[in-house]
Amino acid sequence: MFRARSIQSSLSFKDKVLSLDFILIFSIFILGLISILAMYSTDGGEFKYHTKSHILRFSIFFIMFLVLSMIQIRFWHSQSYFIYIIFFILLLGVKYFGLTSSGSKRWLDLYFMNLQPSELMKVGLILFLAKYYHRISIENINQIRYLFLPIVVLISPIILVATQPDLGTALLIAAGGITVAWLAGVRIKFFAFSGLAFLALLPIAISFLKPYQKSRILTFLNPERDPLGAGYQIIQSKIAIGSGGLFGKGFLQGSQSYLDYLPEKHTDFIFTLFSEEFGFFGSLFILLLYALIVWRIVKIGNLTRSNFGKLYCFSFATAFFIYVVVNMMMVLGLLPIVGSPLPIMSYGGSSMMAIMLGLGIVMSCKVYKDTPVN
Amino acid sequence: MFSPSSGNTVIKSKLIGRRMFLLTAAKAVVMFGIVGRLVSLQINERTKYKSLSDKNRFREWKLAPERGVIKDFFDKEIASNEQVYQVHLIPENSEDIEKLFVRLKTILNISEKKLFYLKRKITKQKPWEPIIISDNITWSEFSRLNLFLHELEGVKPVVSVARMYPDNSSAHILGYVSQVSEKDLQNKKYLKDLHVPGMSIGKTGLERKLDEEIIGQIGFQRYEVNAYGKRIKQIQINEGQAGKSFKTTLDFEVQKFTSELLKDKAASVCVMDIYNGDIVSMVSSPTFEPNEFVHGLEKKYWNSLIKNEMRPLTNKTISGLYPPGSTIKTLVALSALENGIIKPLDTFKCTGKIELYGEKFHCWEKKGHGIVNLRRGIQRSCDVYFYEVARKLGVDRLSITAKKFGLGKKVLSGFIEERSGVVPNTKWKKKFIGQNWYLGETLHSGIGQGYFQSTPLQLCLMTAQIANGGFEIQPRIIFDEKNNNLREYIKYKNNNPNDPLPTDLLVSNFDLKPLFKNQEHINLIKDAMYSSSNEPGGTSYRHRLENKKFTFAGKTGSSQIKRFTEEQREAEVKQESLPYKDRDHALFVAFAPYSDPKYAISVLVEHGGSGGKAAAPIAKKVIKKVLERHELRERANNLTGETA
Repeated sequence: MFRARSIQSSLSFKDKVLSLDFILIFSIFILGLISILAMYSTDGGEFKYHTKSHILRFSIFFIMFLVLSMIQIRFWHSQSYFIYIIFFILLLGVKYFGLTSSGSKRWLDLYFMNLQPSELMKVGLILFLAKYYHRISIENINQIRYLFLPIVVLISPIILVATQPDLGTALLIAAGGITVAWLAGVRIKFFAFSGLAFLALLPIAISFLKPYQKSRILTFLNPERDPLGAGYQIIQSKIAIGSGGLFGKGFLQGSQSYLDYLPEKHTDFIFTLFSEEFGFFGSLFILLLYALIVWRIVKIGNLTRSNFGKLYCFSFATAFFIYVVVNMMMVLGLLPIVGSPLPIMSYGGSSMMAIMLGLGIVMSCKVYKDTPVN
Repeated sequence: MFSPSSGNTVIKSKLIGRRMFLLTAAKAVVMFGIVGRLVSLQINERTKYKSLSDKNRFREWKLAPERGVIKDFFDKEIASNEQVYQVHLIPENSEDIEKLFVRLKTILNISEKKLFYLKRKITKQKPWEPIIISDNITWSEFSRLNLFLHELEGVKPVVSVARMYPDNSSAHILGYVSQVSEKDLQNKKYLKDLHVPGMSIGKTGLERKLDEEIIGQIGFQRYEVNAYGKRIKQIQINEGQAGKSFKTTLDFEVQKFTSELLKDKAASVCVMDIYNGDIVSMVSSPTFEPNEFVHGLEKKYWNSLIKNEMRPLTNKTISGLYPPGSTIKTLVALSALENGIIKPLDTFKCTGKIELYGEKFHCWEKKGHGIVNLRRGIQRSCDVYFYEVARKLGVDRLSITAKKFGLGKKVLSGFIEERSGVVPNTKWKKKFIGQNWYLGETLHSGIGQGYFQSTPLQLCLMTAQIANGGFEIQPRIIFDEKNNNLREYIKYKNNNPNDPLPTDLLVSNFDLKPLFKNQEHINLIKDAMYSSSNEPGGTSYRHRLENKKFTFAGKTGSSQIKRFTEEQREAEVKQESLPYKDRDHALFVAFAPYSDPKYAISVLVEHGGSGGKAAAPIAKKVIKKVLERHELRERANNLTGETA
């Protein structure tokens, strides 16, 4: 251990800084600035609570991201299980000490912020499985007994999150975990079987759904079912985006949002607000920024020597992509409203923290791309 | 425990890379999907969503325009507007409607039934649309309401204007306004963009005819509202435009005078300028109170109107149909002269009755009139003379003349309540009754009974067109200062009595439509009418006006309700002794002054008995009144002529 550390510390600070991926950092920074503008618009063009606190969070977590970039990849590898366990304990803590808001128990009160451990678990699970599949040999990957642990670490947090209840986040956590397993080479038939099992369990699962969750799914299938009730969000979001047209209504001119027709405008529907004010071209620009970020992460995965790094980067890139498209498809009326934030853009500390943590590890993979993890 | 070989690691890397490639491809597909959706929403359907967004964003409150006023010939308002106090309610501004109504009931006088109706209405409309709780409250109620306004969230006291009729003498011709009904909204296209809750529209008479123009242009206030219905800012305000005001040809003074004369009678009077068709007066009696209709009619009053057998809601002048009776004799004689059937001095002998086709036809004068020529026939209204003339003339030729003079068709435009009446002929009977014409029916038609049906307005027009020398005129009620060719023609003729130009040429120069072949025939009829009113033995001689300025020439008539039986005729039963419902309608038509005719009049008294007794005295008073005001009218006309 000591020897290995000395090898890495042979990289000078200057070397580390120079080996950062500046395109990625720049894209994230631009996206952060855009998100601040959007937040300013949700505050009705005034420098108010949401804007201030978003700026603060973005600044803190952006710096955290840069700092984490400098941490050795070996550290992330060695502490993966530990990190997962901490996040899991936090999730358990939510179950017993969590704060309840609008019918679901998702947050831990940490005095300086309300932490949502389920967001952190999105990264924690990927980290855990990346290490796990890094370590087992290729022959063993498809052995049933080696599938046992991944299934347990996947299912346990999902059950905890789904019963908060927070179906959206649970599904997104699962998406990240499944991606790692798939990339590591787990056979398609396992996914097929578990998919079938899932379908078989679906009726039972549905009976456990809260009425509001059922109504969301029904509403997604037919938004006009109840235009003033459950379908309201989808309809208003589509109106806002559609009325943005090619060039948008202009900064601070999004009537749908400033007249409060748009619900949850700083969190889940931040893209809607942006799209209403900046139109098709603005939306395309955001989409390109996200694509750029995903592309850079994948590129880092390709550069990284270790399979741990590859698995982590590829999975994180995919999960990140899924978070983005699930949110966008949701506000565009292509998916039911499941409550998933748009990475970096949405207001919310835990989500920002988790994404920056995830990106920090990615960047560490870049800086220590040639360092073996064990 | 795990010690992978380096080869193993490389294989694994390759596997990971391969699978990542698949995932990346999948990502690209999803990206295209999202971009496609953006294209569809923001480019293809942007207009749809823009309008939906505006629909969210803007809310309009409509403002009812002020209805135009209707004035008489002397610019006196006969249908005007007054200030009223109203109570409006915007349901969404009230937290508890039920409680609000309980509170309102202690302040205003609202019936349970009205409350029920209001509550039902609230559930049917958008919560931000105002509902009118009461459209006419008293000043004391209004001030009490303002006092308690702080407890009445959502309630808005409003000062508005509503229709007010200063007098009910012109109720029939003016009509009345009332709340818009569902049926109105369906039937009247112009209301589609005009409708404001609480707005009144014209239901009958001039109010209905002029409705489209008199309503005015609706105003609106457009506000930007947020999702909770709160007004954020005013975007646009349009005051609307008050309706156009109209000046009529009616003389309010004459209307009042006539209305007073007809009180307690079921009757109609119509006075017309014989040169331009201006209706100076049109009164139907009994009248009703049009103001009662403006703010929702009380059932009791409505029932009393509906049940009254004198039919106060009917404008008898244009919707009442009566056989013209002997007043038609002027046209029978004219038609016979024009068709060369008789000569003015041809005589018949009246013995009180004639027998034709195995049927007895009686003259009203049981003793008979002796030897009768045209002038005497009209003067005494000898039925036998006209039986003979009609027999020779035939009903088809009579009907042509009658139609030419305005009978059997609507003569005023735009009044839905106007009726056309009937001018019978052989074809008409075949078509509508399905039988052949009997010769006996020609005789009945010759004295204006039988199938003949006409409105008092038609009879007035007929008389006017005889009086003006036989030229066609269009009756009108909306003032129009257009040049009047007929008047200029008469002026020209008076100034150049020896003009060598033949009449035809004059007529075509002045663009007139003569209704005669030979104007001499018209003059013969006018002269006969003069004798009927002003020479002893004439049917209305007793009610003549001797002052040359007022002297009129007229023709009496009575429309039969029931024909006398032989017994009644033998017993010389008087009309007055019959039950009211069985008495004849009394008619009288006239023009005045005889020396220089200016106005024509028709008077009808339902179940009044004979025209000479019941209708002529009324005509005499009205004629005098109208002629007394003639100079005033001329002066007013010249004044507007100069300013124009």
